[in-house]
Amino acid sequence: MPHLEDYRPLVGADTVEELRLLGGFLAGKSVVHVNSTAVGGGVAEILSRMVPLLHELGMDTRWEVIKGGEDFYAATKRFHNALHGDVVEVGSKDYRVYESTVEENLPAIDLRADFVFVHDPQPAALVRARDGRGGHWIWRCHIDLSRPNPGVWAFFRPYVERYDACVFSAPPFAQRLPIPQALIAPAIDPLSDKNRDLGEEEIRSILERLQIPTDKTIVSQVSRFDRLKDPVGVIEAFQKAKPYVEARLVLVGGTADDDPEGAQVLSEVREKAAGDEDILVLCLPPTSHLEINAIQRASAVVLQKSIREGFGLTVTEALWKGKPVIAGAAGGIPLQIAHKHSGILTHTTDGAAYWLKRLLNEPEYAKKLGENGREQVRQNFLLTRHLRDYLLLFLFLDRGRADFIPLRSKEG
Amino acid sequence: MKLARAKEPFHFYTRLSLTFLTGLKARTVTELAEHLKTAPESVVYQHTHRFLQAHQYLVPEPPNDFAYWVSDMVQDEKLGERLAAIDTVRFSSLEELKSALVKTIEEYLGGGVAPRTVPEGKEFHFMRAVRFSIPTRSVACDLAEFADCLRKVSISSLYLHVFEARLRPPLGVNDFSKWLDGQLGEGALARKVANLDPYAQTMEGLRSRILKMVEKRLKEGSHAAP
Repeated sequence: MPHLEDYRPLVGADTVEELRLLGGFLAGKSVVHVNSTAVGGGVAEILSRMVPLLHELGMDTRWEVIKGGEDFYAATKRFHNALHGDVVEVGSKDYRVYESTVEENLPAIDLRADFVFVHDPQPAALVRARDGRGGHWIWRCHIDLSRPNPGVWAFFRPYVERYDACVFSAPPFAQRLPIPQALIAPAIDPLSDKNRDLGEEEIRSILERLQIPTDKTIVSQVSRFDRLKDPVGVIEAFQKAKPYVEARLVLVGGTADDDPEGAQVLSEVREKAAGDEDILVLCLPPTSHLEINAIQRASAVVLQKSIREGFGLTVTEALWKGKPVIAGAAGGIPLQIAHKHSGILTHTTDGAAYWLKRLLNEPEYAKKLGENGREQVRQNFLLTRHLRDYLLLFLFLDRGRADFIPLRSKEG
Repeated sequence: MKLARAKEPFHFYTRLSLTFLTGLKARTVTELAEHLKTAPESVVYQHTHRFLQAHQYLVPEPPNDFAYWVSDMVQDEKLGERLAAIDTVRFSSLEELKSALVKTIEEYLGGGVAPRTVPEGKEFHFMRAVRFSIPTRSVACDLAEFADCLRKVSISSLYLHVFEARLRPPLGVNDFSKWLDGQLGEGALARKVANLDPYAQTMEGLRSRILKMVEKRLKEGSHAAP
């Protein structure tokens, strides 16, 4: 795992020094993160990098994972989609399964810490255990809560209100809540296998191993096989653009432990792509970070045609690699892409097809978009900024929650 | 050259801030003015000073969040320009700055302009900044040490001492000028630093300009020495 010093060449010495200064005020404090999957998906990825860095800064940091059966994950998937604003049938059985699973987890998870950091709705109800246990409780919502299903939000809201603070990834996700709502965008780790620089030879050999031909320009979308990422819409957009470009679409995805719908969506995608030799559908295991890195780097254009999105870290990854990105204007994506300056925002399949044609035919413009996008990520969406915001949130909760918090030398 | 030593060393601090969402939003400039009138200082700071700090690497810097939203989302360029002309760093209190923003919007609306409503997703979201003042390890007792520190400290530190210092008594004076004059007797250098136009350069550019002035003064001193 990389150390803080390893980030210095990418983010600058002053950024690393600031993190050490902040860490000095929190050394010895304990943190426990809780989420619903150890592998797969953006949250697990962020935690796998964040936890060692918090340790390095002197915070005693643990990571716990809530466990549940298939019915629990089916229910939380429905909750997830409903909170994203999708029309989903959620029954009373779903709520019962949810509450009983959380109850079963309580004895197994050690929630004693100065900061209890609970990620997303799946473990949110753990907050019922806070009676008699000290520490500040934070609920980190990674999903787009701008238009939540009222019934499902009414169920979760009383739990959320028992936290000391919550964290959202974009301004439109804010709710009227009696607790402070921090705005903290997630970030990518530039040193992880998914984002680090790769040599041309390494890229070529990975593509060869994955049997991805390079005789045509590659266009890709990397995402879970999830309807909210609209993989079928990506195929349709590509097929509309195809008569005008020499390109091959590579749709890369996987499924996460907490996403039971994945297999079904993958089968729909395969059916849609059947018979088109310019479309490759790859289902990779959740540990395929280098492979994803290579595919993104080999792409001339990266798509992320999300209909709903939390923050859209796959967009951040592609921008960091200097790629022109065409993405749905959903969730946190407009925070990352200034339309026609650092990427392209679309709302329709026709729009995605139009811009795909255009970027493949105007490589100079596409290159400029990619360069601006990389600078945007360097300034705002790398792991060091994310870590700094978490440390500031801890200090806010620990030091009186005022609008102005002066820290003194002798404390550090 | 024997450098003057300060009785009170200059401790470099850094300013970091964390953004909080208020849940309040505006769809028209009328709503923008209404919410702004009752907004606490932390909200005004977020959309003016914090905004400047976040965009410091762009030249020319965008002026403030309100102007950006009115010009780009409401697409009311006249009002956008008037708001952009309000110079954030010239005000010695956030309350004064807020009054100027509200007055500009109200005068404009008083002219009979029908406010436009932005489509869903383009609303102005009111946020507040929680500010942290953090001591760094950089401390200077003379001009040479000051130059050394200035090379190392973060942009956020520079921002705190050059811009935000103006919001604290003595109002309108930056921390560097106050110390250079009061502790080292470098009145002329202090005035030159105070006269720098913060809008004319990025924060890195500003660092470089101040450093050049300090280095020039150090050089003059060494020539003058026997």
